[in-house]
Amino acid sequence: MAACMKRLDRAMLSIRLLRNIQLHNERSLSTSLHRLALDGEQPSKFTPPVKPVIIDKTQSVASLRKFLSPEFVPPRQRTNPAKFSMERRDMVRRRKVLHIPEFYVGSILAVTMTDPHSAGKNNRFVGICIQRGGRGLGATFVLRNIIDNQGVEICYEMYSPRVQQIEVLKLEKRLDDNLMYLRDALPEYCTVDPDMKPHPFSTTGEVPVNKIKVKMLPKPWSKRWERPKFDVKGIRFDLCLSPEQMEHAQKWAQPWLEYDMLKEYDTSKLEEDIYTEIQQEAATK
Amino acid sequence: MALLPHLAKACHVLRVDVTSLSQRSAFSVSAVAAAIQKMTRVRVVDNSPLGNTPHHRAPRVIHVYTKNGIGKVGDKVMLAIKGQKKKALIVGHKMPGNRMTPRFDSNNVVLIEDNGNPTGTRIRVPVPTHLRKMEGDYSKLLAIASTFV
Repeated sequence: MAACMKRLDRAMLSIRLLRNIQLHNERSLSTSLHRLALDGEQPSKFTPPVKPVIIDKTQSVASLRKFLSPEFVPPRQRTNPAKFSMERRDMVRRRKVLHIPEFYVGSILAVTMTDPHSAGKNNRFVGICIQRGGRGLGATFVLRNIIDNQGVEICYEMYSPRVQQIEVLKLEKRLDDNLMYLRDALPEYCTVDPDMKPHPFSTTGEVPVNKIKVKMLPKPWSKRWERPKFDVKGIRFDLCLSPEQMEHAQKWAQPWLEYDMLKEYDTSKLEEDIYTEIQQEAATK
Repeated sequence: MALLPHLAKACHVLRVDVTSLSQRSAFSVSAVAAAIQKMTRVRVVDNSPLGNTPHHRAPRVIHVYTKNGIGKVGDKVMLAIKGQKKKALIVGHKMPGNRMTPRFDSNNVVLIEDNGNPTGTRIRVPVPTHLRKMEGDYSKLLAIASTFV
């Protein structure tokens, strides 16, 4: 039996070789024929066809504006700065493998991640980014969407090895830096089509700000968003609260905090340094 | 004379309260962001007739089959639903779990028989994918799920 199989194998190999030889012959024949024909008549000057210029507007291009992702800026604390610089190096190394685009709270993202519980499958989730958190390698962002009338949120770790791809489908900012109040807003404000096509966006200039103000569900909310500590600008409070209630919420205001000089943390100089450091790091192999 | 505007204001506040109460059927008693424990009111998300016919009392968890009495995704619970006892499996809760796992806006359960087979034939909401690690015990339940997230 084994001998038979071996012989069959050899026969197949020889057939394959033969076919290859035939192919070669054909090819050489055709080229020579072509050349003969060219020799016969006056060879006109070959003009290559005009290359069609296809501009794919849906293709997400790298942004040209100077942007430093907020997780690069270390928090203000007394930890050894070497810890943060080591983390930054690791983050740049991860970014060489995975393209993490520029995005903001309020942008619509699509994240593809591997699923450890079903081998060889990827999991894609589309949603609006409602919060960014964490510093260094532990940076996270929360995507929210409503699927089958069920609100779903997923908190992604940006530098997790499970993340395969991060796409920006719509680049925009909102009036607030934290959109957690969308949990208590009408569901239409965080419903995103999962098959959404990426919107083209300009790679230069200011990022567009969506100045939409959301309508809220009736009152028992997860947080008292009218309180001054949240400083929410994107809610239509006039529809759900009376002026007396708005005035009452100001009872919890702490207007002296903005004059607290011990809480000042000016990161502009730090950001410049980190930006140049990252550019150098990314340029090296 | 000076009392009159005060009275009017009080009446106004009262009216606002009444309207806000009538807009939502009942005020919330369960903690907003907590995992599932005894007396948690839950939402049945399959299409079984027992879980979908309206009843004046929402289904409540009366026992959680875990060592610490706290139910997370994949834990079995006993429900008091329409005056009878029924077992159910948790398929999503409000409390955030680990990173990279979904968090839902409601506490979802699916009714199951004592042997682990689902009572309904369809799950109407997305189900977390990390429920798949219990594939052996609840393969029939995972088979009737419409979407995974």
